[in-house]
Amino acid sequence: MALLDVRNLRTSFRTDDGIVEAVDGISFSVELGKTLGIVGESGCGKSVTCLTIMGLNNPRSSTSSGEAVFDGEDLIAASPQRLRELRGSKVAMIFQDPMTSLNPVKSIGWQLVEAVLLHNDISKKEARERSLQALTEVGIPRPERRIDDYPHQFSGGMRQRVMIAMAMINEPALLIADEPTTALDVTTQAQILDLMRKLQDDHGTAIIMITHDLGVVAEIADDVAVMYAGRIAEEGVVERIYTAPRHPYTWGLLGSLPRVDHDADRLAQIPGQPPSLLSPPTGCRFHPRCAYVMEQCVSVVPALAGVAGDPAHRAACLLDEETKAREGQRLADELLAGAT
Amino acid sequence: MLIYLIRRLLWALFLFFAVTIVTYAIFFVTPADPARLAAGQGASPEQVQKVADSLHLNDPLWKQYGLFLKQLVVEQSLGTSFVNREDVNDVIARAAPVTASLVFGGAIFWLTLSIPVGILSALRPRSLLDRTAMTFVLVGIAAHPVWIGLIFAYVFGYRLGLTPISGYCDFVNPSIGAECGGPVQWAYHMILPWMTFMILFAALYTRIVRANVMETMNEDFVRTARAKGAPEPRVMRSHILRNSLLPIITILGMDIGLALGGAIFTESIYGLPGLGRQILISFENYDMPVIMGITLFATLCIIIFNFFVDIVYAWVDPRIRLS
Repeated sequence: MALLDVRNLRTSFRTDDGIVEAVDGISFSVELGKTLGIVGESGCGKSVTCLTIMGLNNPRSSTSSGEAVFDGEDLIAASPQRLRELRGSKVAMIFQDPMTSLNPVKSIGWQLVEAVLLHNDISKKEARERSLQALTEVGIPRPERRIDDYPHQFSGGMRQRVMIAMAMINEPALLIADEPTTALDVTTQAQILDLMRKLQDDHGTAIIMITHDLGVVAEIADDVAVMYAGRIAEEGVVERIYTAPRHPYTWGLLGSLPRVDHDADRLAQIPGQPPSLLSPPTGCRFHPRCAYVMEQCVSVVPALAGVAGDPAHRAACLLDEETKAREGQRLADELLAGAT
Repeated sequence: MLIYLIRRLLWALFLFFAVTIVTYAIFFVTPADPARLAAGQGASPEQVQKVADSLHLNDPLWKQYGLFLKQLVVEQSLGTSFVNREDVNDVIARAAPVTASLVFGGAIFWLTLSIPVGILSALRPRSLLDRTAMTFVLVGIAAHPVWIGLIFAYVFGYRLGLTPISGYCDFVNPSIGAECGGPVQWAYHMILPWMTFMILFAALYTRIVRANVMETMNEDFVRTARAKGAPEPRVMRSHILRNSLLPIITILGMDIGLALGGAIFTESIYGLPGLGRQILISFENYDMPVIMGITLFATLCIIIFNFFVDIVYAWVDPRIRLS
């Protein structure tokens, strides 16, 4: 059974301009010890999805429905008190910007000890011991000398390590990482991803990796869900998404990866802008930007349908199977040619 | 930390001397003849000339300033009043405790009111409490202390008879012939001035606290605290408040100085014998040594407060302590 099973999750926000349907009925699951990558452009609802699971949306401006069953317990229906108990102990989260995600006026030791003491009935001294251990584990050199330092005394990469130490300190079953490498430079990115993979191997933690970077997904994810405008466009095992993509939006994302073999002045891009979720397009939400748009795309909402021979691989597109297979294959071949 | 302190201290000293120059310049740009004022009305031209000599008014400007500075630094003396020959140091020593009672008492009142109200407003934006508080803020910012003072004295003092209409009582050791004394009478006489002061500044501070708390609530590290499973009261106490009240320290340091200005009105209304009323009386009499003395003293206070704020700030904010 899956560790986290999300069914028909919806989240909407009341704003001054109207209701924003940030997440519009999505379903996915995360297996124990596995990594799910959620990919999409900014504003497609991937962060909101995770904040909803964590119960971190502002309850006064947002409403959620559907289910998110974690370890047999529905998080959407859970009381705020119960969610608070789970946060930081069973489900932990790390965020995009390590520069602003740590409290600037408290030492990192204080912040780590707080995370331990919130969920464990142990002494401050033991909590400090555990914090030192956690810092060692995430590769902070000489932790006993750094533990009383303040966040501004650490580099971005080191701060993200501290954030990871803080998230992992109570050995959560699920770690949600919201673009953890986006704000870091490329070499640091690779180190952080390595660290996350190592911790996953050591502790058997399941990870939801939210990112807009297909490179990160290829590196770390087992399964991928591609999100567009609050819905899932395509999902499946990571190899299949890269070798046999079945949705024009996924094609666009893959096609816009920078390529060394292409001598182009400009990067390929998906034409147009992501839609406003205040008044999303009818039918398939990708239709205004889709190169393969057909008449029915404007009115019919495509359902996620399994690909023949691979039921775990599903795409929400009205194109006929033959075209999808052919175009996906063509793009994958092109990518492969570029990679070698 | 030590280097930081020394740098701040040197800066404060420099600032003080810069201020003595500016203050001294006031002495000269004022359209009054100091010698004539000092000699008193009905003095003969010879007497005026003699006074001018004794005040070194015929010496070059830099020399006069030098003498003034020497008197200030070596003798720690601000000179004597033109009007009654009283030592300016004594005038200030007598008036300063009154103003200090007003300003610090007022500060305690306005902080105890504005911090909780500001926080509650920030937690429930657009609620009834928030709207009421913001209306109060608007009135408080717009109203003049003289008007507030008069209304308070009329309503609470005259109509309701709850408080004295004006007057002051010493906190300790009432002078001979004084009508009253002691902490209770002191506080009783200070209630209305404190309230007047409170309205003036609480309005502003409620706004600042509200804005700071609202801003800090949206910070990433607050979300991190919630993601750790911290309960709301703890998030507020340990993560939001500490960060959002930091700027209040700076503003408070500056406003204590500004409050000395506000004291002029409040003291006049309630007949408090403080620095504000003293400087007003001295203005009427062109009593230059007293005016200069009080100005310098006030500036010194502001410089000391700011120095103090710098230290407190470095103590509470690690980013400043170490850079």
